[in-house]
Formats: sequence, structure tokens, C-alpha cells
Amino acid sequence: MALRMWASSTANALKLSSSVSKSQLSPSFSISRCFSSVLDGLKYANSHEWVKHEGSVATIGITDHAQDHLGEVVFVELPEENGSVSKEKSFGAVESVKATSEILSPISGEVIEVNKKLTEAPGLINSSPYEDGWMIKVKPSNPSELESLMGSKEYIKFCEEEDAAH
Amino acid sequence: MSVNRVKNLGLPLMNLVKLRGTPILQQLLLEERLLRSSSDNWCIVNDGTNLLTLSWVCLGTVIVDENTLFVSLICNRNDVPDVQPYPRSVMAWSGSLYSEVFNGIADFQLRENDYVFGDRKFGGNAQSITRNRWIHHTSFLWDYSVSNMAYLKLPSRVPQYRLERDHTDFVCKMKDYIERSVFIEKTIKAVGTQFMLKELSLDEIDDSCREHVETTRLLTLDELKETTTRSESIAQAV
Repeated sequence: MALRMWASSTANALKLSSSVSKSQLSPSFSISRCFSSVLDGLKYANSHEWVKHEGSVATIGITDHAQDHLGEVVFVELPEENGSVSKEKSFGAVESVKATSEILSPISGEVIEVNKKLTEAPGLINSSPYEDGWMIKVKPSNPSELESLMGSKEYIKFCEEEDAAH
Repeated sequence: MSVNRVKNLGLPLMNLVKLRGTPILQQLLLEERLLRSSSDNWCIVNDGTNLLTLSWVCLGTVIVDENTLFVSLICNRNDVPDVQPYPRSVMAWSGSLYSEVFNGIADFQLRENDYVFGDRKFGGNAQSITRNRWIHHTSFLWDYSVSNMAYLKLPSRVPQYRLERDHTDFVCKMKDYIERSVFIEKTIKAVGTQFMLKELSLDEIDDSCREHVETTRLLTLDELKETTTRSESIAQAV
């Protein structure tokens, strides 16, 4: 009984769902003791944004860990298309029920697309942080910046250490 | 390690600014400036404002009047290492701070995101969080006019503990629980248990803090309507 309950709560905590398994991203994910999902194949910033780099386009959003800590997102402020973003600089903000939190870009580049769905449905960031909740697509100006970001295992460890410290 | 840390006491420095009757917009502009352009910690206490306004803060639709007390805390995350730069963590920290203030005085609690006595709200909060700093802003409902409160509609988004109560059953007057000067003194004392406080006047705030792009402003009526439909909020209109 205890094992089944743990497995059930873990499954819920990891938000295992058909949308994740059907993702065009790598379907594999890592289990974190902090019970937020972390996807393999993405790169992660220590400010809890993720980057999916495919060819000349990098898609950026915030991680499951971040959305969980922020709470229900009610508004998202995003940059204009054709604008630019810079590594570790703010490109927008997420408004949750009580707070406005900056979002930092993990890389520098030109904004080629903004997720307009977030205007009407900001909650996508909570329900689908790695898929429907993506925020911007960027043409990287310095692809080497991706190398300084964390992989999934490093990011899991980073989150666990950060949560343990508080 | 913060350069503001006083070595012999181990407490980080915090500048204390005591205002009296400063208009809320001026206070918010100051706070934005200090959040974005200063590397110091700040405690701002505004003892009342001088306009009858609806003041916009995330969550909690109330009327802000000349008796409302405002307390804001601007902190470097490294100077409050036990607090993660996320809303719930900052809120919990603030709740424990004000528990000290109201200890033995009233049944103070942090309920969801509000400060309450029992189950009645008297303080609304908002935060802005940047990479290395955050601000926690509280509006304390000192007193209110029932007739003014009647202007307010029930917000679209309400905390669960509200339980469909109307405004007069949901909020309470802080003045019924504590003396104004006692509250301010106890708040400063509570903050002083975690920071080494240094009082500054407005004039002494470094001019170099002015160099930033202001984003705080009055909302237009359309923006106000949009804001109140997307969140329960105190909307600012002068």
C-alpha cells in the first residue's frame, strides 16, 4: 500500500501525462527529489529558464520548478518580435497571484516569435511549462552561450541543493 | 556575502526611510527606483497618504485612504539567505516578521496571501522579484468608511478563506487592534532583529539611484478594467 501510494503521488508530482509523452522533445525525463519535472535534451539556466536549441532557433520558457514556486500565473509580459534579448538580462515578467517576477534570457539573440497564446491563457505556463507554455523563440547571436548552461542532471542537482538550503 | 554585512554583529544593513503622508504613487516610484538602482536593503514606512485613492496592488480590492499605512521591504536575496526569491517564500518570511509585531496583541495570521486578525483581512501584499532583489509591499487598512467601501464590487478572483463574504464582513480596521505608533515602533523593532537599521531622510537617498527607466505609473481606465478582470486587485485611480 505504501509503495503504491508513493508511486501515485510521485506520478502526480511529476505531472506524467499524455501531452508530455507525445512531445516532440525527448520523451525521457528525470526524476527529481523536489518532484518537479525536468526534461532531457534541454539546457537550463540557474534562474530556472529552459532552452530548446534546434538548428538556428532556440525556444525559451520557464521550468516546472519555477512555475511551481511562482504559483498560478495570471499574466505574462513578453518582448516584441524583432527585438533582442541578452544573456542573463530580463526579457519580460510573469505575474502570479501576488507577485511580479522577472524572466531572464539564458542566451542572447533576436526574438523571432512570441507565444501569443499566453496573452489569453497565461496558465499554460503552469500546466505545460515545456510545451504549450513556451515564451519566446530566439535566433541565437552567440550559440556558444548554450555551452555554459546546465544539462538536465546538473539542473536537478541544482534545484535540490537550492531547495535544501531553504 | 553582502558587502553591507556588519562583521561584528553579522546583520546586514538596511536603510530605514520614514515617510508621512507621502502620496502612494510617489512612494511606489521611490520603491521602484530603490529596487532597480540601489544595492542596499530598504525599509520604507509611509504613515498615511494624502489622497483618497484606489491603490493598485496585486490582490485584495480595498479603498486606500489617508489613514492607510504602507510598509515596504526591499532586500538583496543574499542578505536574507533563508528566503527563496519566490512569492510564497517571501510571503512566509513576512508573515513571521509581522507575527513578532502582533505577538500577544491579536490573533494575527498569514491566510493565503493576506494578513488577517482571525479571518478578517487588514493587510494586502504585493511583491516584485528580480534576479537578486525583491520588494514586499504591504498596505495596512487602518480605518475605512463603510460608504466608501460600498463603491467596490466583489473581485473576480478571491482567496478561498473569504467564503463569499462581502467587504464589510471580510475586512477589519487595524486601529481596533493596535495603536498606530505602537505598530510602527514594533515593526521597526521586528525588522531590526534581522537587519542593522540606519535611518535616512528622503533627501539623503543617493542621487545615483535616479538612473533607471520608470515603469510605475497610473493606469488608464481600460488598463484598470483589464487588470481587475485578470486578478483581484486594488486599482489605482486618482
